[in-house]
Amino acid sequence: MAEKIYFYPVWVRIWHWINALMFLFLIGTGLSMQYSSVDYPLVRFDLAVTIHNFAGIAVTVCYFIFVIGNLFTANGKFYRLKIGEIADQLKKQFYYYTFGIFKHEPAPFPLSENRKFNPLQKVSYIFAMYAFVPLMIISGFGLLFPEVIVSKVFGIGGIHLTDLIHIISGFILSVFMIIHIYFCTIGKTALSNFKSMFTGWH
Amino acid sequence: MITGLSKLGLALFTICAFFTCLQIGFSQDEVTEREYVYAEDNQQCLKCHGHKTYYFYNEGVGHEVKERMNPYFVIDSAEFYQSNHWNFSCTDCHSMDYRNFPHAGELRMEVKAVCMDCHGGDDTYAKYHFEGVDEEFIKSVHSTKHSEDFTCWMCHNPHSYKINARNNTNVKQTIIYDNNICLSCHADINKYQLISDKINPNVLVKHEWLPNQALHFANVRCIECHAERNDSILVSHNIQTKDKAVKQCVECHSQNSLLMASLYRFQVKESRNKLGFFNASVLSESYIIGANRNYYLNVISIVIFGLVFAGVLFHGILRILKK
Repeated sequence: MAEKIYFYPVWVRIWHWINALMFLFLIGTGLSMQYSSVDYPLVRFDLAVTIHNFAGIAVTVCYFIFVIGNLFTANGKFYRLKIGEIADQLKKQFYYYTFGIFKHEPAPFPLSENRKFNPLQKVSYIFAMYAFVPLMIISGFGLLFPEVIVSKVFGIGGIHLTDLIHIISGFILSVFMIIHIYFCTIGKTALSNFKSMFTGWH
Repeated sequence: MITGLSKLGLALFTICAFFTCLQIGFSQDEVTEREYVYAEDNQQCLKCHGHKTYYFYNEGVGHEVKERMNPYFVIDSAEFYQSNHWNFSCTDCHSMDYRNFPHAGELRMEVKAVCMDCHGGDDTYAKYHFEGVDEEFIKSVHSTKHSEDFTCWMCHNPHSYKINARNNTNVKQTIIYDNNICLSCHADINKYQLISDKINPNVLVKHEWLPNQALHFANVRCIECHAERNDSILVSHNIQTKDKAVKQCVECHSQNSLLMASLYRFQVKESRNKLGFFNASVLSESYIIGANRNYYLNVISIVIFGLVFAGVLFHGILRILKK
């Protein structure tokens, strides 16, 4: 039996699960507001707004915990990229997921104490956490305090533009979440990665 | 890497802030040639009533004196000549006896003309449906609670009123203009108590339940929620009691937003769904979550979600089969 690695310290696990739960609330209420209808309300509009605001603030707090945690603990090193090597690494990992995995080939980048994420995970997590989440948070706070948004940007309504940025980044993060959950089933068993995020041990 | 990402984040934030700080405004001034045939005639009245003070020769003291004009009788001549009644002589509505000064005391008892005295039953104004407006007004809380004390003039000052919603391409200006009509009573106890002994309710407190209250007040008119919609007249006049006001957010925040039948009804025909945005006429002035969803983005998002689910399902099934 391979030696277990303690991948997920307590703060990462708490951050991860609160973040995950709040994201589910945000996606549900966000979809409900976007497709709001008098005849078929998914969540009552004012309730959806309240839940969405609360979950959005919680995700923002979580995000600061994530950034500070990565700045001051060893967890931050897993989000560092070596630009020169990444393209080749991505190709290998992509080949593995599309062909190698079905031929039972060994994973090209097995996880170790120094490698928590494979290259595809690393790139997607970096884009999600350092590009789209901040974009979603900034635009979300713009919509929470619309008086700070200017009325027009190059002839386009400021709130309209902010909402488009918010919806598009939210949509990309929703797609990320689906793929993230699916890829978490690729472990020793379909549930082993999920268990790891509860116990901390991989 | 974190430092690099932090710099990237800072750069992104700066770009966002830059665009946020940019503001381009457009203004359109309508220039219309008008011939003010009664201007000279009206000036006889406006030389006193157009100012806060006026002069007259006081025979008692034997010289000209300066007096303060009753502020309720001051007419803003600039507003008057931009109003709907710009081409009126003062004496079209007021007694010819006002030409004499000092004005006779009994003129205070003058029965004032109301809208329907001129506009009712006249084919010239048929397209404005004044009869329909009158019927709606009679059903409204303004009429039923205040009887004949509440006339058209309570809201539509004959010396300054001008049609706004259907002529003004700037919806924000229409909102300010129309809401100021309501607030002229509901935010001014002196005018409010002309027809009521009650203290006027505080509009801000009464609407505390409304999320983003300031944004709503700046972007919709009071009548959007407080007047019953009626498609046969241009602007709803049946103001409802507060328990009948629109309180369901989704009535505006949805694809079939009621605002398209009220605030944006004069724009809606010209720019429906441009660039795939539902209720696109709103977009030039405002943005309503839920009402301004984009058809193309909706389709793209459904296609992407579908492809992602199909890909995940296909990959998962293949993994099970190749186990």
